[in-house]
Amino acid sequence: MSGTSVRAPSATREQPPILVAGPLAWLRNNLFNSWWSTAVTLALIYLVAKGLLGFVDWGIVHAVWSVPADAKGQLDPQLCRDAKGVGACWAVIGDKWRFILFGRYPYADQWRPAICVALFIGLFIVSAMRRFWRKELAYIWIVTLVIIGVLMWGGVFGLEYVPQDTWGGLPMTLILATFGLALAFPLAVFVALGRRATTMPAVRWLCIVYVELIRGVPLISVLFMASVMFPLFMPVGLNPDKLLRAQLGIILFGAAYLAEVIRGGLQALPKGQYEAADALGLNYWQKTGQIILPQALRLVIPPMVNTFIGSFKDTSLVLIIGIFDLMTTGKVALAEPIWQGYSTEVYLVLALIYFIFCFSMSRYSRGLEIEFGRSVRR
Amino acid sequence: MSDTQTASTAPASTAQAIVLDKVNKWFGALHVLRDVTMNVGLGERVVVCGPSGSGKSTMIRCINRLETHQEGRIVVDGTELTDDLRALDTIRREVGMVFQSFNLFPHLTILENLTLAPIWVRKMPKAEAEELAMDYLKRVKIPEQAKKYPGQLSGGQQQRVAIARALCMRPKIMLFDEPTSALDPEMIKEVLDVMIELAESGMTMVCVTHEMGFARQVADRVVFMDQGEIVESGKPVEMFENPQTDRLKLFLSQILRGH
Repeated sequence: MSGTSVRAPSATREQPPILVAGPLAWLRNNLFNSWWSTAVTLALIYLVAKGLLGFVDWGIVHAVWSVPADAKGQLDPQLCRDAKGVGACWAVIGDKWRFILFGRYPYADQWRPAICVALFIGLFIVSAMRRFWRKELAYIWIVTLVIIGVLMWGGVFGLEYVPQDTWGGLPMTLILATFGLALAFPLAVFVALGRRATTMPAVRWLCIVYVELIRGVPLISVLFMASVMFPLFMPVGLNPDKLLRAQLGIILFGAAYLAEVIRGGLQALPKGQYEAADALGLNYWQKTGQIILPQALRLVIPPMVNTFIGSFKDTSLVLIIGIFDLMTTGKVALAEPIWQGYSTEVYLVLALIYFIFCFSMSRYSRGLEIEFGRSVRR
Repeated sequence: MSDTQTASTAPASTAQAIVLDKVNKWFGALHVLRDVTMNVGLGERVVVCGPSGSGKSTMIRCINRLETHQEGRIVVDGTELTDDLRALDTIRREVGMVFQSFNLFPHLTILENLTLAPIWVRKMPKAEAEELAMDYLKRVKIPEQAKKYPGQLSGGQQQRVAIARALCMRPKIMLFDEPTSALDPEMIKEVLDVMIELAESGMTMVCVTHEMGFARQVADRVVFMDQGEIVESGKPVEMFENPQTDRLKLFLSQILRGH
């Protein structure tokens, strides 16, 4: 304070202060920096360890992996009965996995839906890679979907015809989700644009009524309407099948939510972008396709994927109208007398399958955000 | 109406590029343009100045119909602005605009920003559009930035790209809406230099700006607006040295103090 001494440059001030050195210091700073923090840390470690050990104990150590069959080939679940409450009965999965994955599809022909699942996953992966984002991708989709249709239905190329009401399991879930999202997305874009079409009040009101009506009711009621009430209004003899009606319900429902997400992106764009496009003489569709949508859709990748994941899981609601998706096949597998009471095991496996798909979507959207962020805001 | 309205003293020998005849506009109850009458001849360079809220930006935005006027006539390059969409298309092809906030398209590269309108609106082949774009990038002295994105450029560079983008449509008339107001002081000159060069090439220009040095150097005429009306207009030297109205005197004293 005296002002008489000029501070000599000291060596210790040349370096930024060292706050954290190594994992031990990190632990001390973040987990054990007070007695209270230490107590919480220890309590949480205890709970997590107990939970994990309990799961390992139940799911692996004391688990029953298979049960013996009697002379007639009938499985005897006595081992599982004995282990009940102590160990998991994975034998139920071993016995029913093909039914859970493929439903009542003819057993000998189940390689066909298996290939379809692989094709769907391949299609997702190819579509996810930006270097394939060209016109050809549309052809890839059409060809793949045709192949999937041929494999599932059969009736040509020496494949036996398999009626649609025997389809089920994972391919069914993927069909509902893929068509649901692929068709809901373009519909949602048009509805979102329509809601902002101030110069066309009729279109605007139509879009508003559609979105508000659909958002105002639960998906279950839309599915009920599609499966029970819709046929009542159709002329006799003209009755589109149950799957198609459920699919339509899912598309209409998903599109309403997606439209609102996309509208948010349209609103977030600065007015100057619209004006610059106008001033250059671009017409409405050029402006929308080249300037507005590419930016608006990028802005809403996170909420859009959120909606996608929601719709993917919502397809499981077709259970209540008797369509054999993955959820339904799991439930039906459990209805078998010898496997009653092992729902935990089956539902864990179902959850794992749903989780793999949803988590991949989530990771992918994160990557996409980073990639787009890199090119735009550097 | 102002007693000193002298808008019709523009060189009458040439054809009119822009005619505004008793244009009125309201935003709700707010009367933002009051009987604005102004002619701009072909090749003429007009600087519009005035305090903020005077309606100068609104007026210039009416010329390419980013805003619609409610009364009066606007004729651009012989075409009257009406609700007719075809007339609007014609006018927007002929009129380029540069904005205060650049409004480049952030998801496209500089080159794509420039070629977009020629390709889609003028139906120009891509290679030709790119050649044209590179020519204009050279004119605004940043051809080396062609592959970058707008976010990687400085404000001055972005505004020069915006000027090049408008020029790629080969417009007959250029509108500038406060092109240097959003720029840091050290970048204003590089943009003004491009505008001066453009003015010297004979482009018809209407420019809303407070850069009085620019007005002195290139403007054939300065138009002073206040509260939605044209208060005074004339040659820059006369206007600045010998303002007729109190409102212009006040405005000049304020911006000169500010600079």
